[in-house]
Amino acid sequence: MKRLDRKLGALASLPILFVLTLSFIAPLVLVAIFSIMPEKVFSIFNMPNFAAFKTMAEQGYYKSLLWSLFMAFVATTILFAICWPLAYGMAKVFKRFSIIITIAVVMSLFVSENIRLFGWVLTLMKGGLIEGYVRHWTGVGFESPLYNVGIIIFGIVYVYLPFMLFPLAQGISMVPEDARQAARDLGATRWQVLTQIDLPLAAPGIMVGYLLTFVLAAGAMAEAKILGGRAVIAIADDIQTAFTYGQNWSLGAALSMILIALIGTLAIVGIAKIDLDKIMGRD
Amino acid sequence: MPANPILRLKSVQKVFGRFTALHDIDLDIEEGEFFTIVGPSGSGKSTIIRLLVGMDELTSGEIWLRDKRIDQIPANLRPTCMVFQSLALFPHMSVGQNIEFPLKLRKIDPAKRKARAIELLELLHLPESYYDKRVTECSGGERQRIALARALAFDPEILFFDEPLSALDYRLRKSLEKELKDLHARTGKTFVYITHSLEEAMVMSDRIAIMKSGRFEQISDADEIYSRPVSRFVAEFMGEVNLFDVTAVDGQIKGTGLIALPSNATRTIADQITAARGATLMIRPEYVQFLDEGQAADFEISGRLNGIYALGSRIHYEIKTEGGQILTVEKLREDRHDGSEGDTVRLGWNADCAHVIEEAPFEGRIA
Repeated sequence: MKRLDRKLGALASLPILFVLTLSFIAPLVLVAIFSIMPEKVFSIFNMPNFAAFKTMAEQGYYKSLLWSLFMAFVATTILFAICWPLAYGMAKVFKRFSIIITIAVVMSLFVSENIRLFGWVLTLMKGGLIEGYVRHWTGVGFESPLYNVGIIIFGIVYVYLPFMLFPLAQGISMVPEDARQAARDLGATRWQVLTQIDLPLAAPGIMVGYLLTFVLAAGAMAEAKILGGRAVIAIADDIQTAFTYGQNWSLGAALSMILIALIGTLAIVGIAKIDLDKIMGRD
Repeated sequence: MPANPILRLKSVQKVFGRFTALHDIDLDIEEGEFFTIVGPSGSGKSTIIRLLVGMDELTSGEIWLRDKRIDQIPANLRPTCMVFQSLALFPHMSVGQNIEFPLKLRKIDPAKRKARAIELLELLHLPESYYDKRVTECSGGERQRIALARALAFDPEILFFDEPLSALDYRLRKSLEKELKDLHARTGKTFVYITHSLEEAMVMSDRIAIMKSGRFEQISDADEIYSRPVSRFVAEFMGEVNLFDVTAVDGQIKGTGLIALPSNATRTIADQITAARGATLMIRPEYVQFLDEGQAADFEISGRLNGIYALGSRIHYEIKTEGGQILTVEKLREDRHDGSEGDTVRLGWNADCAHVIEEAPFEGRIA
């Protein structure tokens, strides 16, 4: 009986294995192979070399990589600081009102990211919604805050807020209320309750939120293009350019591999430390 | 009332919206006492303890710890500590880290912390090897002891308990009750315990307070509460009891089916009943005798033996009187009554076993 179950289980998993292999593994393998092809070839049947990696190092592509990682890091940190109190409120304080926040935040996802970012451009640009009205009413204009690193980070924070907020709220809801009260009763200040009870017990949620937003932010480019006006180039932008205008597939593939390797390592280290079952409520 | 109480509540009131959870509570708790507050759910006992440890703010009144007013002090600065109903152990810490938590907050150095934790493990009969064990791997009884050790590590002036034994099975609960009483004796600390089980309270406490709808019904020792309850509520709280609605006219006690032989003893009781507007006569089931032919007692009543139930060491009899009231009688197995269901029996008890509750059974309905 047991053996039959196992056989049936294996059989039942075949379709999804097939889809996963075709849609996830195969493209990755293809990219990996292209990264070690000579430059400007469009076939994987060439003598492998590391020319693309060499170009990458020589032509300063590491700069966009570092910019992307830096912006992702700053954005996730800001997101954590913003989302923690809100998530705390949703999990412990607001009660039924938190559904309204959930709906409001989820609604923003219904509109395409690019459209929302263009909305910000119209709002913030010189002569746009804010500056235009202020100048109209007061006669005093000011420079638009667009087209710099700060506004790109703002864009990332804005777009990826839900991906930090919901895992955090989930994480905080896992902190038993009486553990917090007991800590307080045993002499802990509010700050000590936060650092010694809340943060460690909500760690799985924090980790998921950090990973999700960091991975998404490191691979983001719309914010840098639309709000930042390419003040700095995001790595994803470089990859896209290499594959399209540059017609240099192996360079694009090499850049992708570096990004995948970096983020993959991070994700694996992070996931190894958290207990997914606990987040899903299967204790 | 003790002269120098460690804890004093002065007309403490707690109101939630339109609901008054505590009405003007006054209470003194003595140094080193094991004091238990008993009440059904919703009686306000949990509210009291939450006010005492500082998890809730009182609406009005004062709480004094010795000569210091503490009701405005936040929970973390009060020198008291509580063992939670859920125990509230920290699941991400080891047993040792849990116990050391209050010491770590006080920045006591690690070696001293560990020494104290091991000492406490020993005090609570837990092996030293548990120091590094995860709390999630411990059994219910062990977790109980860890929570106690953690609270004792805090070295509180008063240790509060919020029904910590209620989730345990009967045998474990019984043995922990005794252990807790023993621990109280060994540590000499003031314990304030809340529970819904009067039986649990009686095993452990020096004094017991019975609560009902936000007020203390009676505060006394276990004996007094068992044998001389001030109200029907208290009388009925501790298990089976026989209550008779009675009046007395000219030294004659009247109650449905109840016969009181004229004597000095019954006369005293009659006077007590007369003094009260209406009263209830209480007799505990173990004091009721089955009367043989020709045998007499101060009080008598007849009825039909309705049921016989064996409760291990005791036998429980149910008798339906002619007035339709159900009475209970309890006998030790060795003193069992030889009779069978359906028999007509005569029950009796002596006046010194009876207790008069000076409270009308129901407003306007006096038998």
